[in-house]
Amino acid sequence: MRESLIMKIHYGTALASVALVAVHILFRLTQGFAESLQYESVIANYKFLPYAGMLEIILILLSIHGFNGLRVILLELKQGPGYEKSVTYGCLAAMALTILYGSRTIFMTSFGMV
Amino acid sequence: MAKVDENKEGIKGMANPTRYGIERFAYLLMRLTGLGLLAYFVAHIYETSNILQGKVGWEEFLEITQTPEGHIILAIVIGMSVFHTVNGIRVMLGHGGIGVGKPARPDYPYVPQSQNARHKIAIYSAIVLSALAMMYGLAVMFGE
Amino acid sequence: MIDERLQTSKTESKNIISPTKTITLRISRSNPKKNAEQKFDEFKIPYQKWTTVLDAILEVKKHLDHSVGVRYSCRQASCGSCGMKINGRPSLACFTKLSELKSNVVTVEPMNNFPIIRDLAVGFERMFSTHKKLKPYIINEESEIKPGKKEFLQTPEDVEKYIQFANCIKCGLCNSVCPTMATDSSFIGPQALAQAYRYVADSRDKGKDERLKIIDDSHGIFRCHFAGSCSQVCPKGVDPAMGIQLLRGYLLGFRD
Repeated sequence: MRESLIMKIHYGTALASVALVAVHILFRLTQGFAESLQYESVIANYKFLPYAGMLEIILILLSIHGFNGLRVILLELKQGPGYEKSVTYGCLAAMALTILYGSRTIFMTSFGMV
Repeated sequence: MAKVDENKEGIKGMANPTRYGIERFAYLLMRLTGLGLLAYFVAHIYETSNILQGKVGWEEFLEITQTPEGHIILAIVIGMSVFHTVNGIRVMLGHGGIGVGKPARPDYPYVPQSQNARHKIAIYSAIVLSALAMMYGLAVMFGE
Repeated sequence: MIDERLQTSKTESKNIISPTKTITLRISRSNPKKNAEQKFDEFKIPYQKWTTVLDAILEVKKHLDHSVGVRYSCRQASCGSCGMKINGRPSLACFTKLSELKSNVVTVEPMNNFPIIRDLAVGFERMFSTHKKLKPYIINEESEIKPGKKEFLQTPEDVEKYIQFANCIKCGLCNSVCPTMATDSSFIGPQALAQAYRYVADSRDKGKDERLKIIDDSHGIFRCHFAGSCSQVCPKGVDPAMGIQLLRGYLLGFRD
């Protein structure tokens, strides 16, 4: 994948996640911060499917943005074909793992498997 | 062919924010906040997975995070997010060539146009907004 | 004593004498061909208001230690030979006055991110080879000289678009100060990227796509994070940071 495409994705995920994370935070401030963190409140949020969908999108966007940023920092610190390949695949793997683990939480909670 | 010592400055040079203006400081802060936010993001994914342990498991975890130390960490995260977002937007616009000035015939004392007041103000704004957001966050968390 | 001198000088030349002060000049000494040791030799040098760092180094070479290795040529900031770290900041030695440094101790070291040849002289092979990779020449099929063919015309406005980047004297100060180059040996560097923009912005050039392809790499233009230090140290007002961001605009779709 060309670096210009990767960076366009990096910028796009940044802008999209700013908007969605702002909504996520505002949800926590509507009820009162402490009350919004209570178990029943959180479950209710997950059961509201549009909100759960938004959380899933935030998860994907921030995983891509965050681990691509880490890839860039690690690539600049050291060079070499073997190292660069391991950094790239390592970051992709970490991205996938984070998305899978987070999606597990979202799906299981949203569909009442708690 | 023998490996040539490139006399690189190394991480000490990359992470040195002094001597070259606020833009260099913003570059370093962007990296640090990015790494900090990534670490928080991964921790947050793990933290929220405790909802699957049921009410008891969730509340056990809340006892760890809803503490003064937890609130301070969260306030720092709020500060990091605001700085990273505002500075990120400034950098994104800069990367597109917006706000970097127009090429012109240079004249002594050769002040670089790209290091202009617009970008400096944007960086200081990011820092100020980040501080304000942290204060608001602390007020909300400790106010209850 | 100073009044008498002033009186004499007013009669003789009408110039005001700058009082002579003394500075401690610390010069980094190293010879990588022999060993990895780096040490500093100190010299006490008299200087006046107009004395440059290069003047002081040449004073050392003339009277105190002939063996100091330093590269210099024009002494007027047009050749780019005398780039070095002066009190921690890359500058041209001929363009930096000792009086401007406002310090009793001046430390000169070889520029970072360049291999040291000896003392203050560094190797420019990598910078020149990276510069060549970006095709630093006009690419235009119609550039062959044929009978009846006229020169490419440019308006003053066309020239204004790239002339500042053409001022580059290849001194390497920008590459030395770049935070990415501090750790990334494969990064193209601000000098080559600014020169790529110089040609892309030139209306006579048709090689934009070729150059954009070269810089669209994992160690290409996107490893620049707009720290701007290159522009802070450039002695000729090239403002490489501006050139790089304008060039990046083409790849991100901000410009056609």
